[in-house]
Amino acid sequence: MAEEALVASPLEKYLRRPGFPTIWCPGCGIGIATGAMLRAIQRLGLNQDDVVMVTGIGCSGFIYNYLNFDGFHGTHGRALAVATGIKLANPRLHVIVPMGDGDCAAIGGNHLIHAARRNIDLTAIVINNQTYGMTGGQYSPTTPHDGLAATAPYGNVERPFDLCQVAQGAGASYVARGTTYHVLQLERLIVAAIEHKGFSFVEVVSQCPVQYGRRNQLPSAVDMLRWQQRHTVSPQVAASLSPEQLKDKVVTGELYSREAPEEEYTYRYRQLVERAQGRAVHE
Amino acid sequence: MSEVVNKPHLMSGNEACAEGALAAGVRFFAGYPITPSSEIAEIMSRRLPQLGGVFIQMEDEIASLGAVIGASLTGLKTMDATSGPGFSLKMENLGLAIMLEAPCLIVNVQRVGPSTGMATFPAQGDVLMTRWGTHGDHPIIALAPSSVAECFHLTVKAVNLAERFRTPVILLSDALLASLREKVSLPTDVERVERKRAVAPPESYRPYAPDDTGVPPFVPYGAGYRWYASSSLHDEDGHEATSDTQVAHGLIQRLHGKIYDHLSEIVLAQEESMADAHIAILAYGSVARSARGAVRMAREKEIKAGLLRPITLWPFPADMVRRWADQVEAIIVPEMNTGQMVEKVREAGGGRTQVLSLPRWDGRLIPPEDILEKIEEVARG
Repeated sequence: MAEEALVASPLEKYLRRPGFPTIWCPGCGIGIATGAMLRAIQRLGLNQDDVVMVTGIGCSGFIYNYLNFDGFHGTHGRALAVATGIKLANPRLHVIVPMGDGDCAAIGGNHLIHAARRNIDLTAIVINNQTYGMTGGQYSPTTPHDGLAATAPYGNVERPFDLCQVAQGAGASYVARGTTYHVLQLERLIVAAIEHKGFSFVEVVSQCPVQYGRRNQLPSAVDMLRWQQRHTVSPQVAASLSPEQLKDKVVTGELYSREAPEEEYTYRYRQLVERAQGRAVHE
Repeated sequence: MSEVVNKPHLMSGNEACAEGALAAGVRFFAGYPITPSSEIAEIMSRRLPQLGGVFIQMEDEIASLGAVIGASLTGLKTMDATSGPGFSLKMENLGLAIMLEAPCLIVNVQRVGPSTGMATFPAQGDVLMTRWGTHGDHPIIALAPSSVAECFHLTVKAVNLAERFRTPVILLSDALLASLREKVSLPTDVERVERKRAVAPPESYRPYAPDDTGVPPFVPYGAGYRWYASSSLHDEDGHEATSDTQVAHGLIQRLHGKIYDHLSEIVLAQEESMADAHIAILAYGSVARSARGAVRMAREKEIKAGLLRPITLWPFPADMVRRWADQVEAIIVPEMNTGQMVEKVREAGGGRTQVLSLPRWDGRLIPPEDILEKIEEVARG
């Protein structure tokens, strides 16, 4: 019965069965985010052979292992650097880069800001569970101030990144934030991100009940998803709130978009090649 | 249009590396500026777009090798160039390229270390780091030119070996060769080795199943095969096998085997004036130039000296050392480091002949006179 249901799923063609069951803990948000990403790919009707999934290291680094696309699982933090090489070498490919918050924003932070600055046509999807799940719940660059973590037993002394502001400030031409609670919205945001010509960045506020929630009074996935439900506001609503009111809110939706395909890196590189070969109409 | 100039002209080691890479078919370069290798990147930034290739200056040394590895898996011949501090930063991704079997060329123009050291002075202090710098058990191929012409030819060879064995190959140049200008004639055409492509259809393709030489046939990303490359221990289908000790044993053994079972294709070494030699100098890279001079000077004084020159540093040409160890009174090993390769020479020839280290680590080339002095010391007994 269950088997039949799986075969009937329109997403089945995107799954690589030998990889299952996934390594993710019960209640993990990565599967929800991955599902939204696959539905977005399905909705866009992308040629499955033209999609490359590039991952780094950590819980989200395993996404490629369950998916039926060309895939890459490399070194911690370096997914965007590898993706840049793939995209530049073969601009026809849709290069999608799922990462975690530690992977993307800590060890990989330099690559994030420079991929955004170049505005290269990659789709970065950062599944932000606010912790290093795989290594046991240490604090990450997105752990809230005062949050408890395996390496913050007295509360996190640091300030967290607003990843979307980082991406936008660095030059990303599409920036959005969704959650694993608002799955339909998340799917729409990823559709727009993949369609966008240029560096697109989607932060997925996700839950890690095992390593983060249990330490921070949100012991189950349901608790954490309810938290998302209660604390998210749209950019329109956020605009009418005071900084004080916004303090414990997460703004979700499309946060920034700049349609300028002629600013995209591989497009500009093609123009450079034409200049170098003397084929350009004018310098 | 020929891609390579062929009339004799003056050229530096760095230029020869860049020209060699282009002649070998390199069409993707990612790098980060660092003295004394930057000139290679500058040349590639001018030449690659003319050839329809890709040049990108990445945000750091780590990213540049990351981009190279990504591009390699789309099927391009790829290259990165750096020097000591940058080479240190690349170590993790070097292991990644070995694990994914992503062919690439990395030029390390050695300078004095540790740390920032002396950026414009030559050294050979990265010889053991080249061998063991990335973590875990792994094989490595490294070639060391000792002339500008060799910078060209060994770069071609390095690219070819990388494609043949699906592995990163290191070219160990140094700050002296980088800016040394010599008159060279480059061939208009060089032998190019192409990566073996899979013939199996997508349904039966197993991305890490080796051919009979231990090298898995390749399919580029985007060709409809939907395979994946994993830095984790993986089976022949490419699937993660992070708790399968049998798979771990087999993969690590195969990665070594594809190199060590084909030493005759990889190991280059030169013997000069050895037929009647009583004293051998084993030298590589720039120092081999001085050693050659010292041998000539010794011969003028009727001391029978000869030169053993590993061109391939890794795998080390131990056979050559073993062959001569019983024939000579001593092997003198001058190196621009505190004595790195001398340990490999002792391992291969120790106990059967004296192995004497002649180190220098201050950023100056060991002059022929210093080597001659050592030869005379041994000759006096």
